Amino acid sequence: MGCLSWFNMVEILVLIKQVPDTNAKIEIKDGKADLSMVKWITSPYDEYALEVALQHKEAVGGTVTALTLGPARCDKILKDAKALGVDNIARIDAPEGYLDSFSVQSMLAEACNSLGAEIIYCGKAAADTNAGSTGPGVAEKLGWPSVANVTNIIFGESSLELMQPSFEGQAKIGVNLPAVITCDKGMGEPRRANVKGIMMAKRANVDLIGVETVGGNTSVVGHASPPDKPPGKSFDGSEHVSTVVKLLRDEANVI
Amino acid sequence: MSEIIILAEVINNTLKESTAEVVTAALSLGGNPILIVPGTSPDSAASMAATYEGVGSVIALQDDCFSNFDSAAWCEAIASVAPPGHLLTSSSSMGKELAARLAVSRNSTIIQDVIKIEGSNITHPIYSGKAHETVSLNGPSVMTIRSNVFKPSGNGGSASISNVNTSSNLRTSLKEMVAKASERLDVSEADIIISGGRGMGSPNNFEKLYSIADKLGAAVGASRAAVDTWEEIPHSMQVGQTGKTVNPSLYIAVGISGAIQHLAGMRTSKYIVAINKDGTAPIFRHADYGIIATWEEALPILEQELGTLLG
Ligand SMILES: Cc1cc2nc3c(=O)[nH]c(=O)nc-3n(C[C@H](O)[C@H](O)[C@H](O)COP(=O)(O)OP(=O)(O)OC[C@H]3O[C@@H](n4cnc5c(N)ncnc54)[C@H](O)[C@@H]3O)c2cc1C
Repeated sequence: MGCLSWFNMVEILVLIKQVPDTNAKIEIKDGKADLSMVKWITSPYDEYALEVALQHKEAVGGTVTALTLGPARCDKILKDAKALGVDNIARIDAPEGYLDSFSVQSMLAEACNSLGAEIIYCGKAAADTNAGSTGPGVAEKLGWPSVANVTNIIFGESSLELMQPSFEGQAKIGVNLPAVITCDKGMGEPRRANVKGIMMAKRANVDLIGVETVGGNTSVVGHASPPDKPPGKSFDGSEHVSTVVKLLRDEANVI
Repeated sequence: MSEIIILAEVINNTLKESTAEVVTAALSLGGNPILIVPGTSPDSAASMAATYEGVGSVIALQDDCFSNFDSAAWCEAIASVAPPGHLLTSSSSMGKELAARLAVSRNSTIIQDVIKIEGSNITHPIYSGKAHETVSLNGPSVMTIRSNVFKPSGNGGSASISNVNTSSNLRTSLKEMVAKASERLDVSEADIIISGGRGMGSPNNFEKLYSIADKLGAAVGASRAAVDTWEEIPHSMQVGQTGKTVNPSLYIAVGISGAIQHLAGMRTSKYIVAINKDGTAPIFRHADYGIIATWEEALPILEQELGTLLG
């Protein structure tokens, strides 16, 4: 009947990241990306992860904590998460600038341990690095199973049933907690904050999590704008379709 | 010479061609490549991999866990046979997930989607291709290699093959495989993609894209506006920031304006063709070949021309 679920206080953790607005133009200054003018947002896939975490709590009970890693500017996305209804917000204080995957995942995994996480959700990839390394990396660090790019979930008390795209179509996968799940679009549009939530979030405290800084084994040499493509050829009118087909065959050699 | 580990991409015991490109990338790091070929019965994929030129030796890694994808189990099996050194694999979604785990288990850093290797300087796109980042390695790392960037290695080699068996525990269970509604190629697997946007007017008009795709052996993709507006167009077709990132030889955008989030998923395509009725649409700034016309006029001609050309 699920009536015992009230007592089941599963610790649900969502990893979220603050990234430059996906509309932002990335300027390069002195060989480094200049982010001083960009608007910062919650990485879009992390919004799906937040939605999934809240649905998890609504289905079987529990506590949802949103965790991020970064400087104080990242508190903004934690407050936004609080306004949506997460119970706790926490940040690992880290300076501006480059941290490689090894440092980030080591610190996140330690914080996940100290927060007593039993299920961790995150976006399938962050909009800045596009890497998708954090979820599986943290899982490996914790010794947990992980399932990536999940589009639908049935929540159980101590297990999950997940849908994941695969080569043959959609795979339905079962996993027992603890586990790390990376979220794709699919569980419905992320909810929006209401006025009450926004007011509450204003007063909310961000827990600062102290973890030891872990050094990585890569350093940034520099950033560059991608090389410009040579200007293309443009044709006005559908009568030029045959010209383009010829060019695709003879110039581009792609058909 | 230090050892460089290449993890072959193998799906259902079939070797993926992207592995030949990873071999070339590995050779540019200047080491002795050892190729690991995982499978439930990896022998034939291993003998194929042994022909890649420049490969020092091949490990055919047999484990029943390779019957379905479980990154924890696969990582355990591979980590137990991979010697220390850089480890490289393809940047498919499975490859990236597995590589992220392997990096942690080897106490090293993961660099995804590598497009250039120059000594110990490694370049990969960030901000969805709006910038390139070059990092320098201070120790062994794990890298995934973007497809269609490195030239595939030739196949005149004959490396020796050794067989290893492991038995790793699956940490997840495959309950059911829901087959695709159609036999259509997925955008992430296709070398040619034709995508439709809001300008297609209605989901029924995507049929036009499907007939052209059939002629080209292409996959059909869509913009987010199309996916969000029409239920019939599933999210699995979406290309872009919150959809799939693709890197085909040819990308044809029809009735797509070219928003920055769409470009994020397809700007690295080798050739881009745009068909749009609005000559000022941003997509034309990224197109190698632009046709200013409505799709109603342009697609029938395109289909006919391709029919004549390709039969
Ligand atoms: C966080 C975030 C994530 C996003 N992620 C994605 C993503 O993953 N993928 C994505 O695509 N978008 C994404 N978007 C949305 C993106 O900003 C655009 O809204 C979207 O790409 C527009 O789709 P479209 O080009 O089909 O539609 P529109 O911009 O409406 O363009 C339609 C085009 O069709 C042309 N047209 C109309 N009629 C015809 C005709 N008869 N023949 C020929 N041409 C015609 C018009 O001239 C116009 O250029 C995202 C946005 C945000 C904020």
